[in-house]
Amino acid sequence: MDLKIYFTILLSTIFINNYVLSRTLGICPFLGVSKRIDSAIGMGFAVIFVMTLASFFTYVIYKYVLIFFNITYLRTIVFILVIASIVQLVEMVINKTSPALYQALGIFLPLITTNCAVLGVAVLNIDSGFVTAEFGLLKTLLQGFGGGVGFTLALILMAGIRERLEIAEIPENLKGMPISFILAGLLSLAFLGFAGMTI
Amino acid sequence: MKMVKEFTKGIWTKNPILVIGIGLCPVLAVTSSVTNALWMTVATTFVLVCSNLLVSSVKSIVPAHIRIPVFISIIATFVTVVELVLKAYQPEVYKSLGIFIPLIVVNCIILGRAEEFASKNTILLSIADGLGMGLGFGATLVVLSFFRETLGANSLLGYTFIPGMKPATALIMAPGGFIILGLMLWGMNKINNRKK
Repeated sequence: MDLKIYFTILLSTIFINNYVLSRTLGICPFLGVSKRIDSAIGMGFAVIFVMTLASFFTYVIYKYVLIFFNITYLRTIVFILVIASIVQLVEMVINKTSPALYQALGIFLPLITTNCAVLGVAVLNIDSGFVTAEFGLLKTLLQGFGGGVGFTLALILMAGIRERLEIAEIPENLKGMPISFILAGLLSLAFLGFAGMTI
Repeated sequence: MKMVKEFTKGIWTKNPILVIGIGLCPVLAVTSSVTNALWMTVATTFVLVCSNLLVSSVKSIVPAHIRIPVFISIIATFVTVVELVLKAYQPEVYKSLGIFIPLIVVNCIILGRAEEFASKNTILLSIADGLGMGLGFGATLVVLSFFRETLGANSLLGYTFIPGMKPATALIMAPGGFIILGLMLWGMNKINNRKK
């Protein structure tokens, strides 16, 4: 068993192919929840959790149900329903265990369902050929977890900059969304530097 | 008259991307070439119109508390139709749009219109709304991809744009999408503020 490949998967999903900054997935929550660091951290952990769970369930369902009955064309419908149920579950658990976190995340928890990064990672796991690969489930879990960590990293970086931006002087027309996009562009430019990394 | 109003609002005053700011992922990901942007527009508009049509025709029989799962299943069905059709007749397009075809399901514009408009209005109005929103989405995509393709790859629809110009490759990668969309929003704010 070659350990190097697992390290590569983790590193590449976090830095080189960061879901937000180089694959441009999950932009809506990235811009929506990155106004303050504490809510960014909460959202980040929720996404890591949901992404890992979603990777696991979609992989198992794809491999043992969809392929078995030869209905792989139903992939999109099945995956989105699985993700929606997982999000519902996480929402109920957080609501019971930590009402403060539930208050902070507010409307964004249900929005994880329509976070394209979550469906994206589920589809990418299948497209990467993990279904037929050796130790495919482990690779899938790592890719899901790494994707979540990468998302959280981008979200926290962005929130840190935006907190500073509140006190900065910005031209009237650039305030709000435009400056956030330009910021995200600069962050993503910085992440391009990782693309030259050879593992 | 009302149909025309519902149709045109999606293009400027309620443009889903530039004004409401939803459905941003495909906007940034597929606009590295105008061809991709056009195909994405066709696919998204098709799903948007069909789901608006179906949602608005079943709105009275769907119980309120399970409406979201029902809407998502409707949308996912049409996305699967698009996926299969493109795979069969346009394999090249299917390959270059890749993962972003299944991701039309989670495009917030479609669920947003189903929830906000189609579940409350008549079938004809919903179709007009879907078409308008689709066109507004497409117009933004085409403008953005025009800038990215000409400046980032020095080509337009497969032809060389300015012979001998050295393209800024970063613009067809992720950073270019973010920055050019930011500048477009800035321009839009500027125009709107001047009107006032």
